[in-house]
Amino acid sequence: MARLEDLSPWERDHLTQLAERAPRMPSEPWAIGPALARRRVAIVSTAGLHRRGDRPFASGGNDYRVIPGDTPASELVMSHVSVNFDRTGFRSDPNVVFPIDRLRELQAAGVVGSVADHHYAFMGAPFPPTTFEPKARELAGLLHRDRVDAAVLIPV
Amino acid sequence: MSAVGHYLEDEGIPSVGISLVREHSQKMRPPRALWVPFMLGRPLGTPDAPDFQRQVLRAALELLEAPDGPVVLRDFPHDAPATVDPQAHTEGMACPLASHAPAPDPSTAAGLRDALRAEVAQLAPWHDLAVRRRGASAFGLGGQSIEALAERLCEVLAQLEAGAPDAPPPIATGALKLACDDLRTYVEEAASAQPGGRDPDAVRAWIFERSVAGRLLLRLRAQAQRSADPALRALGASGLVPRAVRS
Repeated sequence: MARLEDLSPWERDHLTQLAERAPRMPSEPWAIGPALARRRVAIVSTAGLHRRGDRPFASGGNDYRVIPGDTPASELVMSHVSVNFDRTGFRSDPNVVFPIDRLRELQAAGVVGSVADHHYAFMGAPFPPTTFEPKARELAGLLHRDRVDAAVLIPV
Repeated sequence: MSAVGHYLEDEGIPSVGISLVREHSQKMRPPRALWVPFMLGRPLGTPDAPDFQRQVLRAALELLEAPDGPVVLRDFPHDAPATVDPQAHTEGMACPLASHAPAPDPSTAAGLRDALRAEVAQLAPWHDLAVRRRGASAFGLGGQSIEALAERLCEVLAQLEAGAPDAPPPIATGALKLACDDLRTYVEEAASAQPGGRDPDAVRAWIFERSVAGRLLLRLRAQAQRSADPALRALGASGLVPRAVRS
């Protein structure tokens, strides 16, 4: 469905324009770590997720919300400002957007070493995406403190 | 998402991203990305398909061990499995919801309010079922009950339709956005519990072509777009109704 040729003309044009306007990053950083089975993994979502009762995301916001690792997926809500992507999947099963239960299963199976104490969610609407730089660098410091050496980034 | 990965990596955090739009990843060149051919809004593929979701997540995580970076962009080789809806085979409906009750005339303010009340009441048992199945609901961002929220949105619409474009908005833009998203969440959750209600395109079509809630959202959008208030006008342009419905 996300193959451009499969999308409606308006959606294809919109996404093509965004790709054309997207900035080229000035460098290609590359960090490495231990074997996957020894990694500590955090999820970083851009789906505008948070716990019920947390402040909803607002238009243009480039901040993040903290999702404690013991938060049941069923307690997550979504306040992403866009109305243009499917939300019925998330309503039925939050793991289709925020795969915290799947990550725990991979830990139990020994595929990854451990699951971080905290996970994070941005709302991926602001453009250009370089506006995330200050908060993303701030987040890196928090991930280091949680001894995370693998961030899995999940869009929506 | 690509930019976040870039900055995390630059600060020493190894990262891997799922990519829903390959062209974006090709342009922004994040350190590691797994492109998946899935619907926007479903980066892990299919709800209630844990084995498939785990396969996707594992494929992404394994890119952390790819030796050939920087910039690894791989394609996930499988399409998302179709959503399973066993009831659809026995009670399948082209439209997830259908009402045979005589409907109030929604062209008037009072009629719209009564019609929405009736629709909410009709949907309530299905929403209850959806909540029982999931164990929770995504409804409630604005903190109001569905009944209070429906009444409030009808009031707001009546005030907007009766007022001049340069009249002050009768509700804060952020509150209107949350209320409209909550209304849609409630209706979508209720529709998804019905036979045949797990097809997102069918649910969206039903909401905006046949439901009272959808009619309310479309009329709110029209009023927001004629407002002189920039924030409300912007909300009407892109924040209340999907682009697929507008085109």
